[in-house]
Amino acid sequence: MKSASIRLGADIGGTFTDVVLEKEGAVFSTKVLTTYAAPENAIIDGMHQVCAKAGISPDQIGQIIHGTTLATNALIERRGAKTALITTQGFRDVIEMRTESRFEQYDLNLNLPDPLLPRQARFTVAERVNAKGEVMIPLERADIEIVADQIAQAGYTSVAVGLIHSYLNPAHEQMVRDVLAEKLPQVSVSISAEVSPQMREYERFNTVVANAYIKPLMASYLGRLEERLADEGVGCRIFLMHSGGGIISIQNAADFPVRLVESGPAGGAVFAAHIAARYGIDKVLSFDMGGTTAKICLIKNQTPKTARVFEVARTYRFKKGSGMPISIPVIDMVEIGAGGGSLAHVDAMRQIRVGPESAGSEPGPACYGRCGARPAVTDADLVLGKLDPDNFAGGSIQLHPDQSQAALITDIGQTLDVDAVEAAFGVAEVVDENMANAARVHAVENGEDLSEYTMIAFGGAAPLHAGRLCEKLGVDRLIVPPGAGVGSAIGFLRAPYSFEANRSVYMRLSDFDPEAIRTLLTALKTEATGFVRTCDAHADILSEFKVYMRYTGQGWEIPIDLTEDQVMNPDAATFEARFEEEYIKLFARPVAGMDIEITVWSVNATTPPEMVRPVQAAKGGQPATTTGTRKVFDPASSGYLDAKIIERATMTPGQRAIGPAAVVEAETTIIIPASRDAICQPDGCIDLTLKGNGGQP
Amino acid sequence: MSSQHSNVAYQVMWNRLISVVEEQAQALVRTAFSTSVREAGDLSAGVYDTQGQMLAQAVTGTPGHVNAMADAVAHFIRRIGRQNIFEGDIYITNDPWEGTGHLHDITMVTPSFHQGVLVGFFACTAHVVDIGGRGFGADAHSVYEEGLYIPIMKFAVRGEVDETLTRIIRGNVREPDQLVGDIYALATCNEIGHRRLVDMMQEFRLDDLSGIADFILDNSRRATIEAIAALPQTQAQGEMTVDGFDAPITLKVKVSVHKDRIVSDFTGSSGLDKKGINCPLVYAKAYACYALKVAIAPEIPNNAASLAPFEITAPENTIVNALHPAPVALRHIVGHFVPDVVFDAFDKIVPGLVPAEGAGCLCNFQLSLRPRTDAQAPADARRSEVLTFNSGGSGARPEHDGLNATAFPSGVMTMPIEATEHAGPVIIWRKELRPDSGGAGRTRGGLGQYMEVGATEGHEFDIQAMFDRGQHPARGRRGGGAGAPTTIVQDDGTKMHVKGKQFVPHGRRVRMAFPGGAGYGDPAQRDPAQVKRDLARGYISADIAARDYGLSQAEIVAVQQAVTNGEDI
Repeated sequence: MKSASIRLGADIGGTFTDVVLEKEGAVFSTKVLTTYAAPENAIIDGMHQVCAKAGISPDQIGQIIHGTTLATNALIERRGAKTALITTQGFRDVIEMRTESRFEQYDLNLNLPDPLLPRQARFTVAERVNAKGEVMIPLERADIEIVADQIAQAGYTSVAVGLIHSYLNPAHEQMVRDVLAEKLPQVSVSISAEVSPQMREYERFNTVVANAYIKPLMASYLGRLEERLADEGVGCRIFLMHSGGGIISIQNAADFPVRLVESGPAGGAVFAAHIAARYGIDKVLSFDMGGTTAKICLIKNQTPKTARVFEVARTYRFKKGSGMPISIPVIDMVEIGAGGGSLAHVDAMRQIRVGPESAGSEPGPACYGRCGARPAVTDADLVLGKLDPDNFAGGSIQLHPDQSQAALITDIGQTLDVDAVEAAFGVAEVVDENMANAARVHAVENGEDLSEYTMIAFGGAAPLHAGRLCEKLGVDRLIVPPGAGVGSAIGFLRAPYSFEANRSVYMRLSDFDPEAIRTLLTALKTEATGFVRTCDAHADILSEFKVYMRYTGQGWEIPIDLTEDQVMNPDAATFEARFEEEYIKLFARPVAGMDIEITVWSVNATTPPEMVRPVQAAKGGQPATTTGTRKVFDPASSGYLDAKIIERATMTPGQRAIGPAAVVEAETTIIIPASRDAICQPDGCIDLTLKGNGGQP
Repeated sequence: MSSQHSNVAYQVMWNRLISVVEEQAQALVRTAFSTSVREAGDLSAGVYDTQGQMLAQAVTGTPGHVNAMADAVAHFIRRIGRQNIFEGDIYITNDPWEGTGHLHDITMVTPSFHQGVLVGFFACTAHVVDIGGRGFGADAHSVYEEGLYIPIMKFAVRGEVDETLTRIIRGNVREPDQLVGDIYALATCNEIGHRRLVDMMQEFRLDDLSGIADFILDNSRRATIEAIAALPQTQAQGEMTVDGFDAPITLKVKVSVHKDRIVSDFTGSSGLDKKGINCPLVYAKAYACYALKVAIAPEIPNNAASLAPFEITAPENTIVNALHPAPVALRHIVGHFVPDVVFDAFDKIVPGLVPAEGAGCLCNFQLSLRPRTDAQAPADARRSEVLTFNSGGSGARPEHDGLNATAFPSGVMTMPIEATEHAGPVIIWRKELRPDSGGAGRTRGGLGQYMEVGATEGHEFDIQAMFDRGQHPARGRRGGGAGAPTTIVQDDGTKMHVKGKQFVPHGRRVRMAFPGGAGYGDPAQRDPAQVKRDLARGYISADIAARDYGLSQAEIVAVQQAVTNGEDI
C-alpha cells in the first residue's frame, strides 16, 4: 500500500548514484556506483537497499523524486541524438559564431568548442519577424517541405527550430513544427519559443539545440525508468528535479530535458535552504566541495538565488565563456575547479597554482598510492593533519603521507625551496583563497556583504576547508549538516513543485502599458501554474513575479521581485521605485535623468515550501568526549596545534568541541580552527561559531 | 618557518589584488552605458603603488588599455603634484596621450588612503558613448574637432565633486546624463577597489604596500626576463601595408631581442593620416607588447615589471606615434594591425610560434538612422545611433586553423542581432560565415563573415564604415594563401568605401563581406580529412577544394553524397 509519508530521492551523479528514503521523518540512504549503460539499474539497486534498511517494500513508496547528471553528461560527452537545426535564412551560423570573442586573451593556440551541431546539420528557411513581432517575410509551407525532405534523407531523428525574434511571435516556429509533425511523425521536434522564449539568439538557439539533442535519449531513459520501477512494484508517481530548484512531472521533463541540466547541484542548494529554514537564518552561503569542483550559492530568505542563463560543459579551465550558454531558469551557482583531487604546480612566477586539473579517482592524489605522482589538495590536507591516513572514506582507502610529502617536495618544495609542510600550507591556502575570492566576487556582484552570512557546508571535502574559508571571508557561523554526502538527494525531498515561465518583451517606463503587463503576466502565470497543476491537482499554488530592469542604454539587467498586487495593478512609479532601491543596493547611487526599461518578465509558480520544524538551538553544554589528539596545521598562526579528535557519532545535542579540533566521521572530517568552537545541535548539525560568542550562535 | 609575511601570505595577497581589480572591472561592465564597455569589455581597471607602478590589472576585452593604463597614473601624480593629493580626491582625464589614446576613453584615478596615509592608487578607464565634437568617427582633421578635452585634473577634492567641471562636461556632449552616469560609475569602481584593499591590509596587518609590491614586481620581472632570455638574441624586420583612409599605410618594425628586453622600433612606418585613424604611441605600445607577451610570456600577469621589458620607439608624427593635435578617434584601426606586423618580424626570430595575418582590426560600423527625407516619413519614424562590433577571421596558427569570425588581437564580443534591432530602426538581414574566405594552407585561415543591413520602413541612414583590408588582404605565411578581402556594396550594386560616413537611401541595404584570415603552410600538405570536413561543412566550396587542395571530383561527390545522407565526415 502506498504511503504518502514514504518518499524516495535518487540522484544520479558522475560516480555515484545516491538514493535516500524518508519514512515518517527518518532518513535511510545509500550510495551505489552509477551504471552508465542503464542508469535505472543503479536506482533500482539503491531503492532495494534503502527499502530493506527501512523495512518496507517498494510498493509502499508514496513518491519518487529524481535528479540526474545524465542530461549534462550527454551534452559534455556529445552523446545526443542525430539532430538538425532549422533557422532563419542568413543566420545559419549563430550557434557557431558564438560571441565572436576569445574567452582567453593570452593563448595563441586557443580553440573554441565545436557547436553541438556541425554546419551541414543546420538548415535555413526564408522568413523574417521583426523586433516588434511583425512578420516581414512570410514563411512558405513549400520551403519547410524542402527542408523536411532533406532532414528525412539525412536521417536526423531530432530537430531544433530557432527563428529570429520567435520569442515575440512563435507562429513561424509553430508552423515548422506542425509541418514536420505531419511529414516526419517519427522525428522529435523542439521549438525555441517554447523551450526558452528569451531575446538573444545565440543563447536561445543553443538552448533549443541542446534540448533537441538530449530529448530522445532522456525520453527513452525516463520511459525505461518508469517501466522498471513498475516492474518492481512501485505504484507511485515519479517527478524530476529541475535546475531551478523545484520539481516537475516526468512528462514535462521528457519534453524539456534541458531543464534537468544541473538538477543535482540544485538539489544541494535546496538541501542547504531547508537547513537555513530550520534555523531561521535569512542569509546563507552554501558551500559544496567534492573531488573536482566547488560550488557556491547565495541563499536569501531560505530561497536560493536564481538566474536565467548559465553555462554548461566548460571546456577550458572552467573559464567563463568556454562552454555553451543555456537560457533556462536555474539556481545561480559559481563553480570553480577546486576539489580534493585538484592538482597543484608552480608556475613561471614561482607561484603555487591549484586546479582546475584534477587527479580524479584514478590515479587519484599521490596519497592514494596508485601511482599518482603529482600533489593534490588531499595530499596537502593529509600533510597538514586535517585527514587521518588510517580512517579515510570510512577506512576504505589507506592513505600514504610519505607519498604526499614526496609529491609536494618534488613538484613544489624544490622549486620554491620550502619543506613539505610549507608547500602543503601553500597549496591549502591557495585553494582556499581561490574559493574565497570566487565567493567574494559573487557576493559583490549581487550587492551582498558576506560578513552577515552563515555558511552551510556539505560534500566530501567541504568540512575540511570550510572553517578556513569562514576565517578568510569574515563569516562567523558555519553549519555542517549530517548526511552531507547525499545532500542533493535529500534536497530533492524538500523541493516544491515549481515551474518558472518567462518571456523577453521590451518596455520602457516612459511607454508603460498597464494593460499589456496584466495580459502578459496573466498568460505567464497561467502557463507556469498549468505545469505545476500536472504535478498536484489540489495544492495551493503561489505565484512569484519578477521583472528584469535596467537604465535604457545599459546591458546588465537587475532582477526585481514584485508582489502580485504590484504587477496586476501596475504603475510606473512603483516599478521605478523598486528598481532604484535595488540599483542603489548594488551600485551605491541611481543615475539621474535616465529612462528605465523592462526586458524580461517572469512568473514562478510553486507549491508552498514544506513546513519546517524549527530547531531549538542547543545551549552550550559539556565538552564532547575526545578520543585523543593529533597535530593539525593552523593556517591563521602558520603552525601546528594539538587538535582534539572527536567522533561525530558520539556527540549528543549540546555537547561542545573547542577548537582546534577534528570531528571525524566515515564520510569526512570537520576541521574546527583554533578561532572557533562548535556545538552539536539537536538535528545532528555541527554548528561552528567564532570564539568569544560564548559558543552561542 | 613563519616570517612576518611568508611567501604563502604574499602569494595570497597577490591573488587577492588580482581578484580586486577583476571585481572593480566587473562593476563597471554592469553599470556603464557605453555599448563598447558593456558588450565589448572596452574598459580597464588596475591598482598601483604610491610611485604609480601598476601592481595588478583586470584582464578585460581589450589589450589596448594595458600599457596606456600602466603609464597613466605616473602622469596623474606628476600633473596633480604629490603635495596636492588628499583623501577623498578623485582625478579625471581623457587626454589621448596621457590616458588611453583617444578622447572617448575617460580615465579616473583615486588615491587610496589607509590610516590617513597614502598607500596606493586605483585607476580605471572606459570608452564612453559620446564626448561631443564630430561624434565617433574618422572625419575630424584634428583632435580639437573630436570632442571635449579634459586635461588631468581633480573631479572631486576631498570628497567634494567639482560642479563647475560637471557643468562644462554636461554642456559639451550629446548624452550628458549617460556620460555623467559613466563618470560616477568609474569613480564607484575605484571606490570598490579601495575598500577591498583596505580590508586586505587590515587582514594581513599591512601599513603599506611596499612589501607586496616588491614581491609582485620582483617575481614578474624575473619571470619575464627568463622568458626573454630563452629567445635568440637577434633582430628582424617586419612590414605590412593596409588600406588606411586616404592613402595606404605601411607599418614597419624592427624587433630586437636583447638579454633582458625586447625593443620594437617602428622607424620607417607611414606618416600621419589626414583623418582620425592615427595612433598615439601609448596605444601602439599596448598592442606591440600584447603581441610579444601572448607569444612568449602569456601566463605572466600585467604589471609595471612584466611590461617594462617590452620597449617601443617610433619617430614623432608617424602613424604609430601621432602627437597632439593629430586626430586619433579611430586609433584602434592601426593599433589592431600592430600585432600582425610585430609577428611578421618575430616569426623570423622564433619560427613556428606566431600565426599568419588575420582580419586585424574589428569590422565595426555605426549607423545614423533618421526618418526618410525623400518622401513623407511615417509618424513613428525616429532618429537613432546604432553601433555594432563584428569580426573577420583570425590567421591560421602553425598547428591550428584560424578562428572563424573571432576577434584578434582585440578581445571584444559582438552583440546579438535581436538586441541590435531593439536599439534602433535597423534590420540585420544576414550575419553568417563567409565560405572560401579563409586563406588556404596546411592550416586554414579563419572565415570572415557576411553581413547585410538596412533600415526599417520609413528610415534612411548614414553608415560610418571602419573597415580595412579592402585592398590589402591578410597575407599567408610559409606558403599559405591570402585571406579574402573586405567588400562593401549596396544591394543595387552601388559601390561603397571601406571607411568613412556614407549615405544609404530609403529602401537600400548594405552588403558587407568581412575579411578572412590567411593560411599557414602549403595547402597541398593539409590533411585530406580536414579538407573533406571543410567541404562537408561548407567552409570551402567544391571549386576551392579542387583548386587549392587538389581534391578529386570523385572525392568531392563522395563528400556531398555523405552530407545528403547525413553521414559523419
